[in-house]
Amino acid sequence: MNITVQVNGVSETRSVEPRVLLVHFLRENLGLTGTHVGCDTSQCGACTVLLDGAAVKSCSLFAVQADGRKVTTIEGLSTDGKLHAMQQAFWDQHGLQCGFCTPGMIVSACHLLERNPNPSEAEIREGLEGNLCRCTGYANIVKAVQQAARAG
Amino acid sequence: MYAAPFEYHLPTTVAEALGLLEKFGDEAKLLSGSQSLVPLMKLRLATPGHVVDLRKVPGLSGVTESGGTVVIGAMTTHYEVGSSPLVRTKLPMMAEAAGQIGDTQVRNLGTIGGSLAHADPSADWPAVLAALDASVRIASSRGERNVKVEELIVGPLTTVLAPGEILLQVRVPLPAGRYGGAYEKLPHPASRFAIVGAAAEVFLDPGGKVSNSRIALTGIASKVTRAGYVEQALLGKAPDPAAIKSAAARAAQGIEVRADLTGSAEYKANLAAVYTERAVKRAVSRALER
Repeated sequence: MNITVQVNGVSETRSVEPRVLLVHFLRENLGLTGTHVGCDTSQCGACTVLLDGAAVKSCSLFAVQADGRKVTTIEGLSTDGKLHAMQQAFWDQHGLQCGFCTPGMIVSACHLLERNPNPSEAEIREGLEGNLCRCTGYANIVKAVQQAARAG
Repeated sequence: MYAAPFEYHLPTTVAEALGLLEKFGDEAKLLSGSQSLVPLMKLRLATPGHVVDLRKVPGLSGVTESGGTVVIGAMTTHYEVGSSPLVRTKLPMMAEAAGQIGDTQVRNLGTIGGSLAHADPSADWPAVLAALDASVRIASSRGERNVKVEELIVGPLTTVLAPGEILLQVRVPLPAGRYGGAYEKLPHPASRFAIVGAAAEVFLDPGGKVSNSRIALTGIASKVTRAGYVEQALLGKAPDPAAIKSAAARAAQGIEVRADLTGSAEYKANLAAVYTERAVKRAVSRALER
């Protein structure tokens, strides 16, 4: 069936099978490979994107469910070639090691600050509970979110 | 992972959705927030030929109060339930449970009705809603009916919902008098499902003694179960810490406790006592604040 999804501000219309997951639609139909597939069992959060502004795991819903809605992926965060404040903070604080979880982690962190602009350390850790870092680089991830929060 | 092929339907009214269920019978599955059904379909544990997505059906989400009952649309997400001012002020136990389901992403999509219809024996809502004496409103082509949450769920992933029925609402009667509720849970470290969850709603008489209580446990049996012996032991007592501890020790009494990957039956029975004690203590302190 035909679906139209506004992805990173661009209206994209494609024909997809109903069983195609949103994450596969983004990666394979649109070539947006910044959104990663980690566990593929809706636990790790590597595939996190914003759906109408809310963080969701894009491996846990079908692309047809996003028809007529807005999706923001990691590729949609920077503007005019300039990193988003959260991306810059992850860079500055070394908030990544292997980098696999990073796109989902950054998207979730942006959503966290959207709902709570001044989170405590505990609130950051709780807010990112749905994103796993197998390198266990959480200390610097928390610092990065704190830097981005300070940057407003 | 790809689900088995299916046909996707997007009805725009309850009547249209019921028509689709009528037409496809056992072959059809309703899709709400997709946090339970889609993972099952990816693992091919569920292979429905027809998926009926309810997201375009109006009136199935939101929290309202009507005649002493809080009415929550079945498609209301856990996040929306937990952030509803009405829930936060009048049913704080529900707000604290909502915030402990899964993680942020799961709470943004997963819905209260979807969770109940899925009936995972370790889910949070069944315990909380049984303690609150909540019901669900169910529609079929023959009309509508109300069923208590305790009677809705009959076993693991099994409810009394018939193939042609749609869960429309959760209806929570607002407690009256001097009451307090609390939910205490030991979450599984990976899934955040309850290894044990205890929901307690406690009512006090003017003298400060327990006039009634409803205590429900999740995670320990094949379905949500009331801790009837604890309720009996608390009745008429002054809820001091010693009385609560001795009542809560009977939490698993009369319940067929089920061992699973998270622990033995003995371990779970012990946890049930510990978490029941904590829940009752906090419920009592909330009641005393009123």
